[in-house]
Amino acid sequence: MILEKAKKKINDVGEVSLFAIESLRLLFTQPYRWGEVVKHMEFIGNQSVGIISLTSMFTGLALSFQIYLGFKLVNAVNLVGPTVALGITRELGPVLTGLIVAARAGGAMAARLGTMRVNEQMDALDVMGVNTKQYLIAPRLVAAVFCMPLLTALFDFMAMLGSWFLCTKIVGLDGAIFFEKIRQTVDFHHIGEGLIKSAIFGLLFAVICTYQGFNTKGGAKGVGEATNNGVVMSMVGIIIIDYFLMNIIRVVYIMMGIQK
Amino acid sequence: MSPKQQSQYAIELDGVKKTFDGKEFVLKGIDLKIPKGSLTAIIGFSGTGKSVMLKHVLGLFKPTEGTVRVLGTDLSTLDQNELTKFRCNYGVLFQSAALFDDMTVLENVCFPLEEHRRNLKKDQVIQVAQTKLKMVGLDPKHYNKLPSEISGGMQKRTGLARALALDPEIIVYDEPTTGLDPILTEMVDNLILETHKNTPGTTSVMVSHDLSAAFRIADFIVMLDAGKVLLAGTAQDFFNSDIELVKRFVTKGMKHQ
Repeated sequence: MILEKAKKKINDVGEVSLFAIESLRLLFTQPYRWGEVVKHMEFIGNQSVGIISLTSMFTGLALSFQIYLGFKLVNAVNLVGPTVALGITRELGPVLTGLIVAARAGGAMAARLGTMRVNEQMDALDVMGVNTKQYLIAPRLVAAVFCMPLLTALFDFMAMLGSWFLCTKIVGLDGAIFFEKIRQTVDFHHIGEGLIKSAIFGLLFAVICTYQGFNTKGGAKGVGEATNNGVVMSMVGIIIIDYFLMNIIRVVYIMMGIQK
Repeated sequence: MSPKQQSQYAIELDGVKKTFDGKEFVLKGIDLKIPKGSLTAIIGFSGTGKSVMLKHVLGLFKPTEGTVRVLGTDLSTLDQNELTKFRCNYGVLFQSAALFDDMTVLENVCFPLEEHRRNLKKDQVIQVAQTKLKMVGLDPKHYNKLPSEISGGMQKRTGLARALALDPEIIVYDEPTTGLDPILTEMVDNLILETHKNTPGTTSVMVSHDLSAAFRIADFIVMLDAGKVLLAGTAQDFFNSDIELVKRFVTKGMKHQ
């Protein structure tokens, strides 16, 4: 029983991987769908700017305050800035951006594609001689991969803005020390680590959500299930894969001599 | 792609069998030839395999056994890309019209032209789309509306205009009148008949439960039962048939009209 379940899961992962590879391959076949990529970038990227700015600002405020309270006990409040900066750029930035965008855009992708499936719109595309994976899936995957690092960079910036505001305007730390300590501690490769991870999270949630939507069965119930499965699996996947990516990137950085 | 064979038939199914689970056959050996230029109605009780057969004709399903030839081409010899291109020979009006809900009426009809007539300029595409919409009798004041803003009948007209956009050789109507009121049903039936008359040489295939419409507008009728062709012929052949199931279907079907 357990063996069968494991077998099915492995099959599922294989199917999802083939789905993603096939869709991405089709992106480079004619007719090119760059217009669709831009359209989906607007949806995934532009339309997420507000929610990312708001949540990241408050994440920076809350995280800084908690770290400030802890560091105050050991008389190390000057390290609040770099600690928050490292935490945000390497972990919280990409992970929280991934979770937020997966819930917002990933859920919408699964619901949209699921509705198209049950309303025969995908069949209509098929019989019109339009490759549905090329037209519907590939542009969404590419748009997610491109937008996620940009949104993560925005998250990092806004969170640090919140942190700066709390440290200098609320708890009264010195602004110059705040920036100097960050400059001494945070390097481009720390920011790069977060951006690389975010691109992979983008691919992950886009593949899972489009796969769920594309293979929707049944009516409204099926669309609901596809959306739910897409969002839940994406969120769990992002959190799990984050740990492994962190280690992989660390090893790569060490091998490249960037990090000790 | 296999060499195209000249044939007097638009669609030929030869011993087509289909099973999804490897046990139960939905199609149990369909042998059928649909003449070019005909208006064919495929009728039968629910669950007899009409839609599954139609999806084989459209290349959406592959037969477990047997061959499907459309316009002389064996669909099993086409790879996915060739099949995608081959589908430009079809125009399909779906039961739900299946219009793209984020596009206007005009954009829906322009879509297949933009996809497959890339040599056409934007204004030429719009002109062709408007001609098709005019052909199905849709008022220009609805062209810039979304599908959700027009009635079911208008959606059917738009769906038909989109199906006609590429001047396909085969037009397929998948249960076009199911769930519609009698007036709308008659309007759609007349639309199918008019469209067939206005597009000479085109083969029309209609899957329907509406028996009186099938007898009224189709010149070739195919009745399926339990995954097999029970009878294929003209309306007169159906009225004259001694097959018990055909008699029952005809009698009950005509009573309901």
